[in-house]
Formats: sequence, structure tokens, C-alpha cells
Amino acid sequence: MNGDYKALKLIASSNPHIRSNEDTRSLMLDVIIALCPAVAWSVYRFGFRALLAAAVSVASAVFWEWLYRKLLKKPQMFGDLSAAVTGLLLAMVCPVTLPYWMLVVGNFFAIVVVKQLYGGLGKNFMNPALAGRAALVACYASQMTTWIDPAAGWAPLSLKGVDVVTSATPLAMMKDNFAGLTEGYTVADMFLGNTGGSAGEVSALMLLIGGCYLIFRKVISWQIPVSYIGTVALLSLLFPNGNSAVSYMLYSIFGGGLMLGAFFMATDYVTSPVTKKGQLIFGVGCGLLTVFIRRFGSFPEGVCYSILLMNCTVWIIDRAVRPQRFGADKAKKEAAKK
Amino acid sequence: MNFGKQLKEGLITNNPVTVQLLGMCSTMAITTSITNGIGMGVSVMIILTLANIFIALLRKVIPDEVRIACFIVVIAGFVTMVDLSLQAFFPAIAKSLGVFIPLIVVNCIILGRAEAFASKNSVAASAVDGITQGLGYTAVLLVLCFVRELLGAGKLLGVQVMPSSYVPAGILVLPVGGFLCLGALIAAMQWALNKSKEKAAKAEGKEAAE
Repeated sequence: MNGDYKALKLIASSNPHIRSNEDTRSLMLDVIIALCPAVAWSVYRFGFRALLAAAVSVASAVFWEWLYRKLLKKPQMFGDLSAAVTGLLLAMVCPVTLPYWMLVVGNFFAIVVVKQLYGGLGKNFMNPALAGRAALVACYASQMTTWIDPAAGWAPLSLKGVDVVTSATPLAMMKDNFAGLTEGYTVADMFLGNTGGSAGEVSALMLLIGGCYLIFRKVISWQIPVSYIGTVALLSLLFPNGNSAVSYMLYSIFGGGLMLGAFFMATDYVTSPVTKKGQLIFGVGCGLLTVFIRRFGSFPEGVCYSILLMNCTVWIIDRAVRPQRFGADKAKKEAAKK
Repeated sequence: MNFGKQLKEGLITNNPVTVQLLGMCSTMAITTSITNGIGMGVSVMIILTLANIFIALLRKVIPDEVRIACFIVVIAGFVTMVDLSLQAFFPAIAKSLGVFIPLIVVNCIILGRAEAFASKNSVAASAVDGITQGLGYTAVLLVLCFVRELLGAGKLLGVQVMPSSYVPAGILVLPVGGFLCLGALIAAMQWALNKSKEKAAKAEGKEAAE
């Protein structure tokens, strides 16, 4: 026993001494796993084309990242899967019928303009996938708002996608025909995702499963999704646009991209506040803007723009809720100021 | 006076838009079609040349303290002339350029050249400066117009050139498309200029070594 310490190797290293195995790649892999239920549902609901669109989108996102960094002779980073997640998310917030090449264009905007031009991963001030979607809406408005109702010609194995039967999305109906909406779709339809809409946003259930997985794995914290969805729920409960406040509230939170946005987009590390308090403020702001755009704006859906707008305020929020330095006394600090 | 050198400066090394970063507002606003670009470019070139000539003529008379106001008066006179002539002879262009022709009065390129060049140089050199800087401005406008009209509307000079299956990228004819295209052009220009500077520096280094 006594001589053992001589065999002990001492390694001198600077702190931190205990490291977790987490890295960007493992976090992004968790996000991809969490998106799987929603992707599976979109394939079940809209046909095989949804999967192909997702594949094209992921491949083009990775390609743009590779090409940009190759041309500028920067180290390749696509192995961290962040570009793949951007591509996957972009495919999920677009209609299934969107031509593949438009997805490629959208990914160009998301990866090259929004992410790489600002310095790559961690430096972009907006969520790349949502910015890509906003650019696509500005470019190809009619293709980006052509929604299909799969119930009209359901064919899960069809490669071409379902025959296009355009239909109003629940959110568009909510704006001007809430009674018609409640006749067409039940709350259960909305929750499960038996409605029309973007590829990955229709099923609240599948997104909740993925979101809970992310919270359970501690990839995201609960503050943003809860405050975001909570704000939307509270506001729509207080100011319903129909007879029943509760059903209006349920349609509001299960409809559109709210679940997808709250769990997967607003929680993006790069573009959300650092502190828990800041995240709560961020979520409430997203919720307020979403309700305002949905109710008073010209678009039926406001999740995309509300998150993008709040992305731009993150630095102010971060500055406002800067945590107290350990040991620093507030009174002393103020005295020092004077 | 060196026409070739001034031409090179106006078009490339000291281009008013991509290097001096002047006149960006009108550049982004009107470059949605080539007709607009030609109309705006030629108008600015005429006004810039005439204003340069007159300011160079008056440069010894104008008191230093009120020179900006005097420059503006001279420029505004020529802008009014061009504006009225456009309305008389090219009503279509005048209509599509709208307020941006009167706004040439406050276009920084013209005031900038008056301040930086015409008030210090001879009449002939100032006239050449007006023409070359105007050409540089027009060249940038035409490049941006070409990209934005072709991809944003599928047309060139108002004629459909892209196949009918092409879906125009509407974002490019919106103001945000102007920002994007201009940013990309300035970046490309700076890259090319730095590249040629590096080359020149290397060549010089070699010569010095030899």
C-alpha cells in the first residue's frame, strides 16, 4: 500500500478537469432523433415525397456548407451535423409539394447567407432554417402557400406526392372561419396531425414526443417552449375568436408551426438568450408576437416571423438579465457606480 | 490630366458605388430593370459632368464657409433640367424612376465628387472625372439590373428571356434583393481588388529582391 503512490502518474493539466462527452455533433444527433417521429408522421401523412424532400434538403444544406468552406479554404465542419439539422428543419417548415430545387435555393440562403457569411456555427444571429423559409416565402410566395389536404388523395407510397388538392390550412380558417374549422377538424385531428400544412408541423403529438425527448436529454431547457406555448395559450384563452374559449385555445396551440417552432427553432442555442430568465422573456416575446401576427397580421401564421424577430432582440435580453457576479453585492455595486 | 487613369479609377479602383460606397440608396432602389438602370445612369452622368464643370469653374469664387450650399444650388439646377427633360422626352422612364430623379440633388456621388475633386482640379479634369465616375456608377447599375431583372423577373429590357418554366425569384426585385446583390457585388469587387494588390506587392517584392 505504501509504495503505491510511486506508481501513480500525475497529470498536470489546466481546468476544467471533468469534461462531458457532449459536443455539437452529439447534441445535433439528439435533435435529429427528436425530429424522427415528426418526419415519420409526415411520410405517413403526405407520402414518400416528404422523405425525399427532407433528404434533398439535408444533402443540399451539407453541400452548401462544404462548398462555402472549401472555396474560402476554411476547415470543414459539416461533420458536426448542424448543417444537416438546418436542412431537415427547413424541409419540415415547407409544404411537401415544394419543388426540390426551391429547397436547394432555400438552403443556400440559410447556410451561406445567414450562417456562413456571419462566420459560421455560433455566429449567426438568426435561426438559419427559419430565415431560409422567410426567404423562400419572399421568393416563391405561391408555391410556399400551396397546401394539400392529403385526405383527398391519400397515397403513402406515392413518390410524386399526393395529387395537389389545395386546401386552407387550419390557421387560415381560424382567422376568418373558425366555425368551419371546428366542423372540418376535431381537436383530436389537430393534435394527431390529420390536417394540411407544412411537412413537419402538422402533428402536435409527434413534435411533443420529440420535444420531451430533448428536454429529458437536457439538450434544451423547458423555459422557452413552456413560456412560448403558455403565452399563446393564455392569450387565446383570454381573447378567443369564437364561441368556446377552450377549444379556440386548443386549436391555437395545436395548429400551425407552434410546436415545431417552440421546441426546435426558438431553442436554438445560438439565437436564444443564455440565462434561464432571459429564455423566459424570449419565450413570452415569441408568444406575444405569434398571437399578434396571427390575429392582426396579413399572414395566417406568425411563428416563423416572431422567432426571427425575437432572435434580433437576444442581445438586448442577454444584457438586461446579466446574472449577478458571485460575491458581488448589489448595494455595493450601486454605491460604486455613484 | 490622364484620361486612361481616371477611367480606370472611375470604373474599378475608385468606383463610386463599390469602393467609395456612395449613392447606395438609389443603386438599391432603382436597379430592378435595365431600362431603369440606363435612365438613372445616364441622368447621373450628365448631371455629374455638368455640375463638376461648373463647380470647377466657380471654385475660386465660392467662399469656403458656404461651399456645400453653393454646390447644392448648382447641382439642383442641373437636376431640375434633367428631370424636366426626362418628363418631356421619356415620360415612361421618368415615371418608373419617380422620385429618384429629383433625389439626385442629394446623391452623395455628385456632392462627393464636387467636394473631393471638382473644387480642387481644373475644368477639363473635372469634366473627365464626371464622365468616368458617371460611367462607373452606370456600370454598377447595369450589372445589378442584369442580375435582378434576369433572375427576379425572368426578363431583360422588359422582354421575357428565361424559359417559361422558370419561376422568378421574387425576392430579388424586392428591396431586400437589392441589399443582397449589392453586398455580393461589393464583396466580389473587394476580393478582386485585394487579390490584384497582393499580386502587385509580390511582383514588387520580387523586383526588389532581384
